[in-house]
Amino acid sequence: MSTIQPIAGELEPHPDVALVDRVRGGDVSAYDELVRKYDRQIFRIAQHITQNREDAEDVMQDAFLKAYEKLDQFQGNSKFYTWLVRIAVNESLMRLRKRRTGKMVSIDEDIETEEGSVPRDLADWAPDPEQNYGQAELNEILRKTIQGLPQGFRIVFVLRDVEGLSTDETAETLGLSIPAVKSRLLRARLQLRERLSRYFRRKKVGEK
Amino acid sequence: MTCSEFLALLDDLIDDSVTPEVRAGLQQHLRGCEHCEVTLNTTRKTIEIYRSHEIYDLPPDLRERLHAAIIARCKKGC
Repeated sequence: MSTIQPIAGELEPHPDVALVDRVRGGDVSAYDELVRKYDRQIFRIAQHITQNREDAEDVMQDAFLKAYEKLDQFQGNSKFYTWLVRIAVNESLMRLRKRRTGKMVSIDEDIETEEGSVPRDLADWAPDPEQNYGQAELNEILRKTIQGLPQGFRIVFVLRDVEGLSTDETAETLGLSIPAVKSRLLRARLQLRERLSRYFRRKKVGEK
Repeated sequence: MTCSEFLALLDDLIDDSVTPEVRAGLQQHLRGCEHCEVTLNTTRKTIEIYRSHEIYDLPPDLRERLHAAIIARCKKGC
C-alpha cells in the first residue's frame, strides 16, 4: 500500500497520517484508535441528519466500514476526519432516502432563497439562561430547536459550529461553495437564536 | 453602517475574521444600536450552548457494541 503524504504547507503531519499508514500496512488496531477518536462525532452528525437513533447507529457502522474499505482512495490532501465526515454525511442522506422510499434527499432540502433579514425578536436573554433548566429539559429544548431548522441549514451549523470544521472544510465536505456555506451558516445561527429566545429571553418584571 | 450591513458581517465578527478597520466600524455601530448588540450577544451564546452541550450522547454500552462490530468486520476484511 502506498504511503500518504502530509498536507501541503503543514510543517508537522497530522497525527492521523501515521495511524492511516499503519492501517494501510494491515494494522487493524490502528483503525481501532481512529474509530475511538471520532466515533462520537460521527454518531452525532448522523443523529443530526437522520434524526433517528437506529439510523445513526447504522450510519456510524457503515461509515467506518466504508472508510476502511476505501482507505486506498484517501489521498491525504484533506484531513482523515473531514474525509470520514463526508462519508458519514452521504451515508446519512442515503439512509433518509431509504426511509422515504426512494425519494431524493439532498442538503438543499427546505432551503428558502430569500436573504437573511434583520432579526425581529429584540428580546435580550437572561444571564446564563441555560441554568434555568434541568439538564434533560435543556437537552430537549436544544434538540427540538435544532430539529426545526431546514436540513440544509442544520447540517452546515452542525459541521461548522458544533463539530468545528472550517468554512473551507464544510464546503468541501458538503460539495457547496464557500459563499453558500457562509450564507447558510448565518441563516442557521440567526434562526436558532430566534427560536431559542422563546426559552431564554429575559423575563419582564412580574412575568412568570 | 446600517443594521443590515452589520448583519452581513455578523458571522465574520463572531468568527474573528475581520480586519481591524472593519472591526472598528462594527464596534462603532454597536455602541449606538442595542438591537444589534443583543443580536450579537445572543447569537454568540447560541453557538456556545450548542458547542458545550452534547444533545446526542453515545452511551458507553452502545459505543462498545458498535465498536466491536466495526472492528470484527474490519478484521474479516469487511
